[in-house]
Amino acid sequence: MSGSLDSYLVLSGLLFAIGTFGFLARRNAISMLMSIELMLNAVNLTVVAFGAFVKPLQTHAAVIALLVIAVAAAEATVGLAIVIAIYRNRKTPLVDEYDSMSE
Amino acid sequence: MPIGDTVPLTAIRWDDVLFVVLAAMLLGSALLVVTMRDIIRCGLAMIAAFASLAGIYVLLGNPVIAATQVLVYIGAISVLVLFAIMLTQTKNAPARLVFQTQAWAAALAAVVIAAVIAISVTATTWPSAGAVAWTDTTRVAELLFSDYLLPFEVVSVLLTAAVVGGVLLARREPDDGEEDRS
Repeated sequence: MSGSLDSYLVLSGLLFAIGTFGFLARRNAISMLMSIELMLNAVNLTVVAFGAFVKPLQTHAAVIALLVIAVAAAEATVGLAIVIAIYRNRKTPLVDEYDSMSE
Repeated sequence: MPIGDTVPLTAIRWDDVLFVVLAAMLLGSALLVVTMRDIIRCGLAMIAAFASLAGIYVLLGNPVIAATQVLVYIGAISVLVLFAIMLTQTKNAPARLVFQTQAWAAALAAVVIAAVIAISVTATTWPSAGAVAWTDTTRVAELLFSDYLLPFEVVSVLLTAAVVGGVLLARREPDDGEEDRS
């Protein structure tokens, strides 16, 4: 089981689906950002799994995964700063109460 | 005394045991992240998910990525998320409703995505997929500083821009002091 590429790819697909559900269904903006982190992790798992099983991709996959982690860190910084800035104006972290443009 | 390849008295390989345990931990804690009511606990479950994913990276023979996962995700991003939770949650906020009103549609979309990925992955024969090979860290470093030098530099500029942007966005405006924080 641990020796086949399929099991890792299915695992990362399941993780991505869980992240999608969280992003679409949660009301809290920070929960949505955490779900995005789960999805980024799922993609990274795919990259590393392909690198581990396909010999010519091996070192490239590790470098790409490192770059993805760095970009995810930048995304988390800016995303959480935006959430905090909106919270300061609207006094709520719930995204369905950000409705001032719907009137 | 070295540990054998298989669990004693059975033909189950240790790798398979580790994979099943880590995958169950990963999916379980990810489900807790998206379903739990208390958002602080969601953040802690997210740390558990990142840690089990680091274990899976080790299982895939990639210790550099596992170490980076622990340092960046558990050490930095989780702390950032927990601080953001502390800054944005009020006492009575862990609200009655965790999910939007259309959460069933989101669940349906997630199930469809999982099914499509699982079916397409299992139906494909990956041409040159061999066995798991240990990644050579020295070669990763050489590649990062030769072929991938430009992306590396771009990422460093991006990180600087993200830090500056984060400070600028989260900074309190000089004129809105304590008076409107009712």
